[in-house]
Formats: sequence, structure tokens, C-alpha cells
Amino acid sequence: MSGDDLWYSLFGRLEAKALPFVRAWEHPTLSEFIGAGAGAMVVVGGIAVVALLSWLRWWRPLFLDWLTSLDHKKIGIMYVVLAAVMFTRALIEAVLMRTQQSLAINAPGIVAPEHFAQLFSTHGTIMIFFMAMPFLTGLINYVVPLQIGARDVAFPLLNSISLMLTAGGAGLVMVSLAVGDFSTGGWSGYPPYTGKAFQPGVGPDYWIWAVTLSSLGTTLSGLNFATTIYKKRCPGMHLMRMPLFCWTALCTSVLMIFAMPPLTLATALLALDRYADFHFFTNDLGGNMMNYVNLFWLFGHPEVYILILPAFGVYSEVISAFSSKELYGYISLVLATMAIGVLSFTVWLHHFFTMGQSADVNAVFGIATMTIAVPTGVKIYDWIWTMFRGEVRFTTPMLFSLAFLVTFVLGGLSGIMLAVPPIDYVVHNTVFLVAHFHNVIIPGLLYGLIAGYMYWFPKIFGFRLNERWGRISFVCWVAGFYLAFMPLYVLGLGGMARRSQALFEPDYRPWLIVAVLGAFLLLAALATLFGQLVVSIRQREHNRVPVGDPWDARSLEWSIPAPPPEYNFATIPHVDRRDVFYWRKAEEKTYRAAERYDDIAVPKNSWIGPIVGFAGAVCAFGLVWHIWWMAILGFLAGWTAVIARSFVRDTHRIVPAAEVEAAERRWLAQVAAARPVPRRLEVNSDNVGLAEPFPAPVPA
Amino acid sequence: MTGARQSSRSAGTAAARLGRPRAVAVALAALGLLPLGGCGVLDHGLLGAAGPVADETRSLFYLVCVILIFVAGPVLVLTPIFAWHYRLSNTRSAYRPQWGFNWPLEGFIWIPPAIIVVVLAFFLWRGTHRLDPYKPLASDASPVEVQVVALDWKWLFIYPKEGVASVNELVFPAGRPVHLSLTSGTVMQSFFIPQLAGQIYAMAGMTTQLNLAAHEPGRFRGENTQFNGMGFQTQKFVALAKTDDAYRAWLAQAKADGQTLDMTAYKILSARAVQTQPSQFGSVAPDLFKAILALDDAGAHAAHKKAGQ
Amino acid sequence: MSGPQLRHVGLNLTGADTLEPGEAESGLYGFWIFLMSDAVVFALLFAIYGTQLAGTAGAPGPAALFKLGPAFVETLLLLTSSLTFGLASIAMKYDRTCTGLVVWLCITLALGLAFLGFELNDFATMAAQGATPDRSGFLSAFFALVPTHGLHVTAGCLWIVVMLVQIATFGLDARVKLNLLRLGLFWHFLDIVWIGIFSVVYLQGTLG
Repeated sequence: MSGDDLWYSLFGRLEAKALPFVRAWEHPTLSEFIGAGAGAMVVVGGIAVVALLSWLRWWRPLFLDWLTSLDHKKIGIMYVVLAAVMFTRALIEAVLMRTQQSLAINAPGIVAPEHFAQLFSTHGTIMIFFMAMPFLTGLINYVVPLQIGARDVAFPLLNSISLMLTAGGAGLVMVSLAVGDFSTGGWSGYPPYTGKAFQPGVGPDYWIWAVTLSSLGTTLSGLNFATTIYKKRCPGMHLMRMPLFCWTALCTSVLMIFAMPPLTLATALLALDRYADFHFFTNDLGGNMMNYVNLFWLFGHPEVYILILPAFGVYSEVISAFSSKELYGYISLVLATMAIGVLSFTVWLHHFFTMGQSADVNAVFGIATMTIAVPTGVKIYDWIWTMFRGEVRFTTPMLFSLAFLVTFVLGGLSGIMLAVPPIDYVVHNTVFLVAHFHNVIIPGLLYGLIAGYMYWFPKIFGFRLNERWGRISFVCWVAGFYLAFMPLYVLGLGGMARRSQALFEPDYRPWLIVAVLGAFLLLAALATLFGQLVVSIRQREHNRVPVGDPWDARSLEWSIPAPPPEYNFATIPHVDRRDVFYWRKAEEKTYRAAERYDDIAVPKNSWIGPIVGFAGAVCAFGLVWHIWWMAILGFLAGWTAVIARSFVRDTHRIVPAAEVEAAERRWLAQVAAARPVPRRLEVNSDNVGLAEPFPAPVPA
Repeated sequence: MTGARQSSRSAGTAAARLGRPRAVAVALAALGLLPLGGCGVLDHGLLGAAGPVADETRSLFYLVCVILIFVAGPVLVLTPIFAWHYRLSNTRSAYRPQWGFNWPLEGFIWIPPAIIVVVLAFFLWRGTHRLDPYKPLASDASPVEVQVVALDWKWLFIYPKEGVASVNELVFPAGRPVHLSLTSGTVMQSFFIPQLAGQIYAMAGMTTQLNLAAHEPGRFRGENTQFNGMGFQTQKFVALAKTDDAYRAWLAQAKADGQTLDMTAYKILSARAVQTQPSQFGSVAPDLFKAILALDDAGAHAAHKKAGQ
Repeated sequence: MSGPQLRHVGLNLTGADTLEPGEAESGLYGFWIFLMSDAVVFALLFAIYGTQLAGTAGAPGPAALFKLGPAFVETLLLLTSSLTFGLASIAMKYDRTCTGLVVWLCITLALGLAFLGFELNDFATMAAQGATPDRSGFLSAFFALVPTHGLHVTAGCLWIVVMLVQIATFGLDARVKLNLLRLGLFWHFLDIVWIGIFSVVYLQGTLG
């Protein structure tokens, strides 16, 4: 065996040049330095985290209390933390791209084409798969079991495995910064460009396996949530009594179950093309790349609704709570949600009107696309009429909801334009399209996620977020969005192609400058969000809401302490109508001790999730670099862990009834000692989570 | 305490008013003025339509915009009004916390959007058929046939009847329809001349079609809008609409160029590279376009492979 | 712990202290959902197979490659294995001992392995004829669809082995029963998919 063979069998395609530092040493250009700097940030950041954890002696709690936890609440929080980390990276990438474009008008700019292409590919991939999906999965994870009166999701271990697979995929994307390079094929990874003939390197492989891990994790999450919502509701919680967030979570789960397989298949077949010389999407030998495009968008369009429906659920909760009023048109909203879910599978072709189908086909899909505007419009009006004859309080989550209503409509308008095939022909693949989908995803999804984060934060951690910083952040998010994306509509109508590393039209310049300012403002918005968190943690003693109902809200999750105990409900609630907590408050039946308490079984922590996630990432890394022993090892390790787990019988731990009762009584004592707070003082430190009856009782 | 007051005072109006109202407003106004220097940007796209297809697309675009006012209008008006009027601090507004359903209102929120969609669907169906890129343009003159091959990172235009070819320069007579047949010698690309017509994909082993024309002689920018690698951003071409005489002169000048475009020349041309200046070929091997298509035709490849073995 | 929640399709899972109330029901329900998701994968593989039928690119096509005989034997093996798994389920429900269950599971396993043997032999024959997936789009689609089913059967066989070990270790506790129920669903699902493959790939390829 020669040295090269030995190297290949041990390390596959790995070589010194895979390291961005070596590349920057050999070709000292600004672009390579930026690449090396990003790689260095991953390495240094990783070392810093390890050092910090060691310094604080947090390794044990990190693993024993968090990473191995099967508690849906902790898993939910970990999902959101993962999303926040990835969000930071992808947003910085966005700023870098806009900076490049604003500089590169008949000039080279600062980022070389190769790096620019990696930037837009990682930006899209991360934002969809490793920011938006984990964020909303985290919210669903935390909130849904509480809202339906359950003690956990249906399959706690599977939940942990989903999280860790997603985290493994995210880790792979991060590793690509420091070892090798990422795909240049965009988030949709169209072959034949991403095929072996055109991209023999590791980039598309990183993309394939990162997305595949995330896709598997998401499929399992969908399965888990759907089973949870169908089977774990508390007595009396009929489907039509569920809070709307649960409905949207259910619809999203169903979409995940049906829409993720096409993606898994698309990436798997592309992998077969690349690894085993198959001919699914190649130019030659009977391959047909149009199959990939169809598969990808058969996933891709429902994905849009996977993303946005949970945010719609958040808006339903937030607008109802902060309008101090019942949600208008509950049945309409449910029907509209389900209609959107079904229709989302009938419109995928609008992503490629320009592929040369007949006018009939294009027209049918165009009309189907516009049909979705009807249930979406109904939802918007339902929220508006929820405010009607309410008492609207302008807390930060509510401000985000209002900004959503106004801004999302604009995104909807450009969506309808794009649904008209002849108009699509002239703006497809331009930055008009980029403006459109950011215009639906940022106000639609991101504002919703932030609103949900701020709305449920007091429930999750037991103290409120700083309202002032929240408002600053809100202004940055909204102003930043308009500045960053409205110019793109104009530029797109002016024919500017998306994904352009350099431009040759001086007329574009002013608009690109506005856009880059907007991008920086959005980065500032994220920074203020982190700032808000830091400030709020410092002020936590002033803002505690132990009683658990800071917003005078309506659903079950607010009827328990903040933060909730591990077992969520000391006694399983019985529900007799919608908005049950609101009615219990109105009838003064809240905060009472139960007649008796039972032992509660909670799942024991398990290492299986982290092991499977790590093994999955190792397997993927081995596949990317053709380190076959590593890939096989990772694959076997993951499955061995799962099979071994099926032999474990001791999976639950009992929380004794006495302990449950003692905790409950301590909380009830806090409730008794608490002073109810009127709505106008809810963002004041007087708010300990006990709501004064509203409207305030008038003295006789 | 202050938070609550601030919130009810400031919300419901534009986001810009929040926080530090004046400073933000000034900054926004300054930014708003900035783009005025770049109003010419729209001339480069659909709104600078210079041919019959683009004209009709632009009309459709305006029509859809007008209809969409009825979609957005109520939301943009009602949201701030309701939010502001029903604010907590307004003690004179009605409060019905248990009001959550009303049949006439249900009709109002379901039916008008449905009607708008039906109206839009009518125009969509008509527009899609009228503006079908495969549909020949109505004209007395016979169309100019051009075969387009998308390469990395350039465009090859073959004029089969005239027997010439050009790279990165599509020349055609103004006022006469042009019929394009497109394929790709590499990955998928998207052919687009914003001021003349919509775009269409070019894919290896397959042919797509596009019809366009220009009213007047002029110079238009054409481009590939589908990312295809490191030279993507430079893959632009010039679409030159000329008078009949100038077009004939161009053909003659191209023919005078001695180079021949045959398979060998094509192989050299199709190497991945950026070409900044347009170039011409004086003669073209017959059926070259078919031969290029066949390169990625399954059968030909298999035979090739067999021969190789 | 009320009775009805602990029963499923007439299978008494009571007396199981390791099983949470309702776990049996949601456990099985979740597996149905998984199968739906898996069914989508197969549906799409069938669809791709359909679109790639013409992409033979000069390599051997369906008529030249497929032999109905072995495919028919494979069908018989798999259908019989479904029957024997059904008998295993009945044994699990009615027998006091595990013997019947174990015997039927072993027979099912043997049939599954025989199926895999025949299938691998098919693939080897095709490869000998020069029909490998790198030759054409059609063969790629074939070698994605049919071996994916084969991999599922392999996983099923492995699962049977694991279950046999579990029966030996734990006897028939509630979780073993629940897992056997899931395995049964999985096995019958593979049967249905195979019927699709036999009809769409082999019958249509040789007769159509």
C-alpha cells in the first residue's frame, strides 16, 4: 500500500488545503482572509466555549441536566439556543453579502465569487434549516404540551434524538467553515450544477448531509408532535377547544410528515449521483434534473407553510391576549389553517414557471397559488377583528404582531404578483423574488418567533424581559427590514439577478447602499435582542412573575407556575371549553389545591439522543470527506445505541405525590401573598404574574 | 409605569415614531431621499418595456397592481385604526371581551377575497395564454430564427438560416419577431432580456422556446439569472435591435469573419471561461444545434461510451 | 391506570408496570405516522421510476432485464412471510407460552432472508448483464426503488432478530408486545410496497 493509499483510507480527501488558514497563507487576498477569519472564529469560539465551560465547571450540569434531558421544556429551550447561534452566523453572512454588492459596482469589492457563492448558500441553508426550523420546533416543543395539558410529548426520547440530529447538521455546517468549503449551489442545491461533473469537491456533500440530518430530525419531530396533539390532550380538551397555536402546530407537524420525505429523497438521490455514479439528475445517460426540481419544491413549498403556520399560531395567541379579548373567528382560523395546509401541496410548480411548461399548466398552478391568498386573507382579517372592541395593550409582542399585519400584506401582494406566470417570467430569479420571500418570512415568521419568544419568556424563565430594550429591538427589526428589502423590489424590477457577486449598472448603487444600511440595522436588531436578554437577566429579581400569568392570558400554560415544574401540571387539568383559564379566572376557580395528588412518572435522562446526534454528524463528516471507516463507524454507533436502548426497561422516575403537593402548596402560598396587577401596570415590576380581574371591578 | 404610557401613546402609528421619534424620522427622511438619485433603475427592467411582449406584460403588471390595492387597502387602513382606537387607555371605546363570531362578518372576510381571486384568476388565465413564451408573435414579417446555447459563462447565438453565429451578442432587426430555441451546453441557466420579454430556462439535452421583438432599434441588456458558478455575475450579453439595413450589414460583417463554428470550435468555446467582448463566427456547421443537443442526449452518450470501451 | 387505555386491538397489555398509561396507543399511532412518511418516500420513488423508464440511454431496458420467474418466487416468499407474521401475532395474543410466537417469527425471518437471497441473486444477474446503476437513468431509478425496499426488508429481519433476543430476555412484557405490534405493521407495509414493485416494475416491465 502506498503512502497515498494509506492516507486516503485513513483521511479520505482531507488535505492541508482544506483549511482556510492554509489557503489564506498561500493566497493572501482579503477574501481569503475573511474566510480564514470565519474559520478562526469557529475554532476560537469552540475553544472559548470549552474553556468557559471548564472554568465554570459546567460540564456536568450541561450534560446531566440539559443535553441528556428528555424534558420537552429543556429540549425546547435548547432548540431556540441552537437557532440563536446559527441566526447570528447567517445574519452576519447576509450583511457581508450586501456589503459586497454595495461595493462591487464595477469594482471587485471584498469577497471573491467563490466565497460569495458559499455565503448565499450557507445563509439560505442556515436560515431555513438551522434557524427558522429549530426556533419554531423549540417553541412548539415548549408550549404545545403545556397548552394541551400534557406532561410531556408522546415520545420524549425521540424528541431528544430529533434535536441532536438537527444540532449535528448545524455542527456540520459550522465545521465546513474551518475544514474544506461549503456548497456554492444555493440553499436549493439544483443539479446538474451540484452534480459531480461540475462540483467534484466537498461543498455539495456538506450541504447534502447537513440538510439530510436536519430533514430526518424534522420528520421525527413532526411525527412526535402530531402524535402528541392527537393522543396526549388532557380530558375535555377536544380538538376544537385547543388554543390556535396547537392547531397550527398540528398542521405544521402534518406538513413535516408529508413534506420532508421528498427533501430526504432529493438529497439522497443527489448523493447517489455524486457517490455511486447514478444518473438521476445528470445531464447525460438519461438523467433528468427536472425531477430534482420537482422533488425539491414538493418539499420546498409546504416548507414555507411549515415555517409560517406556527408563527400564525403565535400571532393568534398574542393578539388575543393583548387585545384582552376572545379570538375572533376561531372556526374560520382553524379552517383557514387546514386549507392552507392542504393547498400548500398543490402549488409547487410556481417555483419554476420558467421551465417551459404549457400555458395551461402554468395557469392552473398560478391560480392554485392565488387561492392560498383567500384563507391567508381570512386569517389576517380574523386578527384585525380580534382587536375590534378589545382593549389593546402595546407590549413588544403586540407591536411585532401589528408590524406583521401591515408588512406581511405587502409580502402577500408581491406573492400574488409572482403567482401570475407572465409577471413571474420577468422577476423570477431577480432580487424581486428575494425581496418577496424575505418580505413574507421576516414579518411572517421571524416577527412571530420573536413575539412568541417575548410572550412566553416569562413563563419559561420566571421573569419578564426588559420592555425598553424590546422596543428598541422592535424599531431596529422593522426599520431594518424596510430599508433592507424594499430597495430590492425596485432593483428586481430593474432586472438585477439574485446571487450576483458583482454588478455593472451604476443606477443600482443608491438602492444597494440603502439595502446595506438596512442589513446593518437588522444586525443591530439582533444585537439588541441579545442586549435585552443580558439586561433582563441582570434585572431578573425585579421582574419575577412566579405566579405565572403576567399577561392575563387565556390558555392552560398560564395556569401553572413560572417556570413550570418538571411535570408541568401537579394534577392533570380537566377542560370544559375553549380559553379555559380565562373562564376559570372569570369564575374565580383558579389557584386552588387539588383534593389529592398522585405520584408522577417522568422520563429519566438519556444519553441516546446526544450519542445518536454525534454519531450522525460523525457519519456525515466521514461521508463528506470519503473517510469510509468513520462513516461506517458513525452509522453503526447510532443504530447500536438505539437498539441497545430498546433493552432498557428502567426509563422512568417517580416524583412522589408528597413532593408534588409540597411544591404546589409553596406556589399557592406565593399566589396568596401576591398582589394582583392591573393591565396598565403589566410591564411594571409590580407584576408578579397574578392578573387583576379585567376590566377592574367597579366598587359598588 | 412609564412603559405602559409610552406604549399606548406611540403604537398604532408607523414604527418609525417609536423610541426616539424625531431622530429616527430625520434619519429615515435622509435615507428616503437617497434613492432619488437612482430612479433610472426601473428603466432597465420591465417598466422600460421596449417590445410587444414586454409591453403587454407591463400592462398586466399594472392591472394586477390596481386590483391588489383592494387586497391591501383594508388591512393597511383597519389595522392602525383598530389598534389605536381600541387601545387600553381609550376609555371611551367599546369593550366586548366575549365577542368572537358574527355571520355577516364571516361573509365579509371570506367572500370579497374569493371574488378578488376569481377576478385575478380570469386575468391570469388570459395573460398566461397570451404571453405564453412559446406562442409566435403576430406579425406580417417572418420571424428571425436564433438558436441559443447557454455556456459557462457566455451565450452562443446561432443563426441557422443565415449561417452565422455570435457570442455574447444577440443582433436582430427591430420590428421583426425573433424566435429563440434554447438549450444548454452545461448546467441549467435562465435566459433573460428584461426590457423585451420574460425569461426561460435553458437545459442540457432539452429545448425551450421564447418569442420576442423590439419596437425600435436599441441596445438592451441580456443576462443569465440562474447561478451557474464563478463567472455567473459577468454572464451578460448585449441584445442589439438594429434597423433592417444595419442588421444586414452586421450579417455581412459577421460572414466576412473567416472563423467556422463546428464541433471542434464549439468544444473550445464551451470551456468554462468568461468572455468579455462579443465575437462572431462567419460560418456554422449544419445542424450544429442538433449535435449540441445530442451531446446530452442519452442514446448518443451511451454509444459514445460503448465506442470508448 | 384504567383498563381501556392499556389495551390495543384486543391485545391485553395490562400488568405492565413499565408502560405508561396510553403509551401503547400513542406508540402504535406514532408508528402509523412513520409508515405514512415512509410511504411518501416509496410513492416518490415509484414516480421517479415512471419518469425514468424511457431514460435507458442504450443500456438494457426492462424487457431485456426482468425475469418474471424469480420475481414471482420473491413475491410468494414475501406474501407467505406476511401470513406467518400474522400467525405470530395470533400466537402472541392467544398462547400462554412464547413457543408458537418464536417459531412463527423464526419462519418469518427465514422467509425474509430467502427473499433477500433471491433479490440479491437478481441484482447479481443484472450486474453480470452489464445492467448497473451507472449505465442509465432507468437503471438508476430501478436501483433506487427496489433496493430501498430490500434495505427495509433487511432492517425488518434485523428487527426480528432483536425481538427474538428481547423475548428471550424479558419474556412477553408489554413493551415487547408493543414492539412486536409495530414490527408487524412494518412487515405488512413492506409486503404492500412489494406488491407495488411487482406490478409496476416486474409485471409492467415484462408484459407491458
